Amino acid sequence: MIRVEHLTKIFEDKLVLDDISCTFDKGKTNLIIGQSGSGKTVFLKTIVGLITPTQGDIFYCDTNFTQLNHIQQKEIRKKIGMLFQGAALFDSATVEENVMFPLHMFTDMSDKEKIEHVNFCLERVNVTGANDLFPSEISGGMKKRVGLARAIVLNPEYLFCDEPNSGLDPQTAILIDELIKDITDEFHTTTIVNTHDMNSVMGIGEKVIFIHQGKKAWEGNNKEILNSDNEALNKFVFANQMAQELRKARSIKK
Amino acid sequence: MRILLYHLGNYFILLTKVFARPEKTKAYYRQFIQEVNNIGLNSMGIILIISLFMGSVITLQTAYNTESPFLPKYLIGLGCRDSMILELSSTMLALIMAGKVGSNIASELGTMRITEQIDALESMGINSASYLILPKIVASLFFFPLFTILSIIIGILGGWLSVAITGVISITDFNYGLQYGFNPFYITYTLIKSVIFGFIISSVSSYYGYTVEGGALEVGRASTKAVVYSSINVLLFNVLLTQLLMS
Ligand SMILES: Nc1ncnc2c1ncn2[C@@H]1O[C@H](COP(=O)(O)OP(=O)(O)O)[C@@H](O)[C@H]1O
Ligand SMILES: [Mg+2]
Repeated sequence: MIRVEHLTKIFEDKLVLDDISCTFDKGKTNLIIGQSGSGKTVFLKTIVGLITPTQGDIFYCDTNFTQLNHIQQKEIRKKIGMLFQGAALFDSATVEENVMFPLHMFTDMSDKEKIEHVNFCLERVNVTGANDLFPSEISGGMKKRVGLARAIVLNPEYLFCDEPNSGLDPQTAILIDELIKDITDEFHTTTIVNTHDMNSVMGIGEKVIFIHQGKKAWEGNNKEILNSDNEALNKFVFANQMAQELRKARSIKK
Repeated sequence: MRILLYHLGNYFILLTKVFARPEKTKAYYRQFIQEVNNIGLNSMGIILIISLFMGSVITLQTAYNTESPFLPKYLIGLGCRDSMILELSSTMLALIMAGKVGSNIASELGTMRITEQIDALESMGINSASYLILPKIVASLFFFPLFTILSIIIGILGGWLSVAITGVISITDFNYGLQYGFNPFYITYTLIKSVIFGFIISSVSSYYGYTVEGGALEVGRASTKAVVYSSINVLLFNVLLTQLLMS
């Protein structure tokens, strides 16, 4: 479980996160949603410690992450797997080397064990036969999957995904979402997913936090989200034409 | 002035991160091998070509500009040797390496920064500055003196060839000049310079690459800055070191 208390982040004089408090549950896919530029990435990176918060605390279980020193923070980070928006695969390394990298750095496995485990993770995300390709040689969807494989290779307790399905076709996007959901159930991770995609919200939003103008504007789950009366949220949820029609229809039925 | 201090401060902060104790030496070793390729072996070609031409042109220039009968002929060989050793093979070469290695380092790190590869390393709990930059600096400290020695040899060979081909003086005179009044301290001086230039180029370029913010355009800018500021520092330290070591 991760708990965030009164988190505020100001860049120079730009307020990006404004006094956000919330919890992310273990074994669930927790979603952070909001428009582009609403601060989702900053929020996620602050939780991992890649960005230092201006104010507020972040608790991993009951450990106050913000008060740990550098070395103690590193220990926690070893339990974190993170998938970045552009997958962030190392350009100069093959798919296999990318996934193997954390094993090289943090385990004493033999080469054979490493390769077996890498192949297990790659199969888990449905990437086979691409071990020797470079990131520049594979598709966007495949990159995300390899990034996900790299994120789970150390059996993390925490899994963070920054817009895992942005830039993908709807079908691939759903596959990635399901993959994240399955992995969360299987490994019982505390998973946080950034997204602005309503399909993801409806599909895997076991817990949803809506960020608007730097504040936490709404919190709930995918069942509740369509019936909320939060105006900003409704604007976000029913952004496209079809959704608006749907909403009209619902309100008439009521 | 404030911006200068700002960069200087951040540069030294980055260096303290770079020289923090490495956690897994084996992983650094792999990186180092990669840099040996990037920085070392891939630069050999350009060094050979440039040194060959520098050596031959400095020889021909000296020969054609000292045709007075009062000047001894051995000056030409000596001039070629000493100018290669003292300046061309260290300072001149460093300026060219600033262009090649410096822009390479800055664009590599800059791209890693904007594509979040550096964040990925940090999120795993790896000291990215040290992991990425230290091998580059170590490879440079190792290779720059080697470059210099290579360049001296090739430069002198270039001079010799130009004499042999044009016949502007006799080979015997040239050879005599090459051996005339050799001061071994010049080699020490030039090697000290090359080590320091190697450090300047790799660390300054790393600084500009590692701290990129924005997109592809900024990576390009960082790469240019890396070359410009590495070169300026090379020239500045050349003067300082010469005063320090030669006076
Ligand atoms: N390092 C930074 N310095 C200044 N402003 C930043 C920085 N990183 C992000 N921001 C600003 O924070 C806001 C939120 O960005 P981001 O978290 O990337 O949005 P999202 O991921 O929701 O699309 C943006 O307006 C962006 O300009
Ligand atoms: Mg984002």
